[in-house]
Amino acid sequence: MMSAILDRNMTFGAGRERPAAAETSTAPVARSAPPPARSGGAPPPDPGLWGRRMRHAATVVLPPVIVTAIFLFLWEMMTSSQGAVLPGPSQVISDTWELIVNPFYDYGGNDVGMAWQLLASLERVAYGYALAVVAGIGLGVLVGQSTWAMRGLDPLFQVLRTVPPLAWLPISLAAFQASNPSAIFVIFITAIWPIIINTSVGIRNISQDYVNVARVLRLNGFEYFTKIMLPAAAPYVFSGLRIGIGLAWLAIVAAEMLIGGVGIGFFIWDAWNASMLSDIVLALVYVGLVGFFLDRLVAIVGNWVTRGTQAG
Amino acid sequence: MTSYLSIEHVHKTFGEGPTASEVLRDVDLHVDRGEFISIIGHSGCGKSTVLNIVAGLLETSTGAVILDGKEVSKPGPDRSVVFQNHSLLPWLTVRDNVALAVDKTFKGTKSAAERREWILQTLDMVGMSHALDKRPDEISGGMKQRVGIARALAMEPKVLLMDEPFGALDALTRAHLQDEVMRIQSELGNTVLMVTHDVDEAVLLSNRIVMMTNGPAATIGEILEIDLPKPRERLAMADNADYNHYRAEVLRFLHERHKNPESEAA
Repeated sequence: MMSAILDRNMTFGAGRERPAAAETSTAPVARSAPPPARSGGAPPPDPGLWGRRMRHAATVVLPPVIVTAIFLFLWEMMTSSQGAVLPGPSQVISDTWELIVNPFYDYGGNDVGMAWQLLASLERVAYGYALAVVAGIGLGVLVGQSTWAMRGLDPLFQVLRTVPPLAWLPISLAAFQASNPSAIFVIFITAIWPIIINTSVGIRNISQDYVNVARVLRLNGFEYFTKIMLPAAAPYVFSGLRIGIGLAWLAIVAAEMLIGGVGIGFFIWDAWNASMLSDIVLALVYVGLVGFFLDRLVAIVGNWVTRGTQAG
Repeated sequence: MTSYLSIEHVHKTFGEGPTASEVLRDVDLHVDRGEFISIIGHSGCGKSTVLNIVAGLLETSTGAVILDGKEVSKPGPDRSVVFQNHSLLPWLTVRDNVALAVDKTFKGTKSAAERREWILQTLDMVGMSHALDKRPDEISGGMKQRVGIARALAMEPKVLLMDEPFGALDALTRAHLQDEVMRIQSELGNTVLMVTHDVDEAVLLSNRIVMMTNGPAATIGEILEIDLPKPRERLAMADNADYNHYRAEVLRFLHERHKNPESEAA
């Protein structure tokens, strides 16, 4: 038993700053190391570096390129036979070339370029989603903080969140008597549920340690909200926001098909009525890309805002 | 009779009715200003409960805690806590973690420049000036605990409460931090209440060791006065007969008279 304390003493001087030094030297390395292909600045004179970059490109870039090429090839094969109903990729590009190269034309009415169509949809999503973020986080905080509010509101939320987006459209058309606010409402009501639920879970999961820190420091309600609650719940909130933006983008296309006007959803419906299948395919590609970028955007903002919050 | 910190006949029962469990029974302790008190006992004996009651994080069932003439009923900056798992806010840098405490505690009494200076000073005291802008996940466990200690000290508490502050650290880092705490305490003359399960740590650091009986309904079994001159040198203590005598006293209390209930059952 005595040896324990003696051992400590013997190695004490040597071990003095050992853990600290090890920590400071490993952390930056781990931080800058991962993506060798993305490193900035002058390339160090390392003969293996380009080799490593090539290998990185081969393992990361090549698979999606190959799979996409195979996909396009199969699509082309399946649609190139006589009597094929759907257009192949080459035909889509030749049919829609005017739309692709002139995204910003404006001939009045609904006859505007793809960029305007997408922007119109994005504008509706922006309004509806922004409202959902504000209301969703607010309600989420309420439900997360107050057991009474949770008991009261949770059953309501659980039922309402299963209602499909488009089922809200008739009732909102009746309520707003206008198509644009109705579409925005559909976005709002679609995106809000995951935001509410994730926010409240995040608030509920705030570590008791942080609550104790706040109590010892005697933070007031506002300080607790801004300094502890929001940052602690941020990872959950952002996963809700990310699900929400995905659902919002899903819903806008469907809602616009019904309400008409400028917007990518109605563009698709219009193209169907005019039997312009290539236009529909092009629109689907755009819808997919925009949805992907929206998701990435929220994810990037989330990573930036919540940097450090997951780690203990 | 009027001591700086008095824990007066504190009882604590969790729950009510048939499921109630009595954790503490008649804990009575009087601490003088500048004393370093360790509370030691087997796990589950309620030693952390005592600390949390003094911190104001838990309420007593009966009895009271009186600090400097005032009864303690809720947490406050006059009783800052060093938590076992450091409890730094991971989204704030080292500096901002301490700043949160300093800005809140000295809002009315120190100017912004004084507060900034004070933050740097306390972080310098625990040897963390080199990592001001690092976040907790970028520094080692020992460094986190240093920052936790700096945060607690920065509030200039009347009593510094430490809940197994070195429990999660490896032996070398722990020894180093114990030395740092000894040095800081002798510099500042803080009154410290520390919960620990490490016998060496208790004997090395304390003026008195409060040994708790096993729960349920734990209480103070014995108080051991450590009459060793301060500052104490870790190496010198290893060969010190008195030191080893005190150490043996604590061990006897823990392993003969109040055996760990878990090892008894096994």
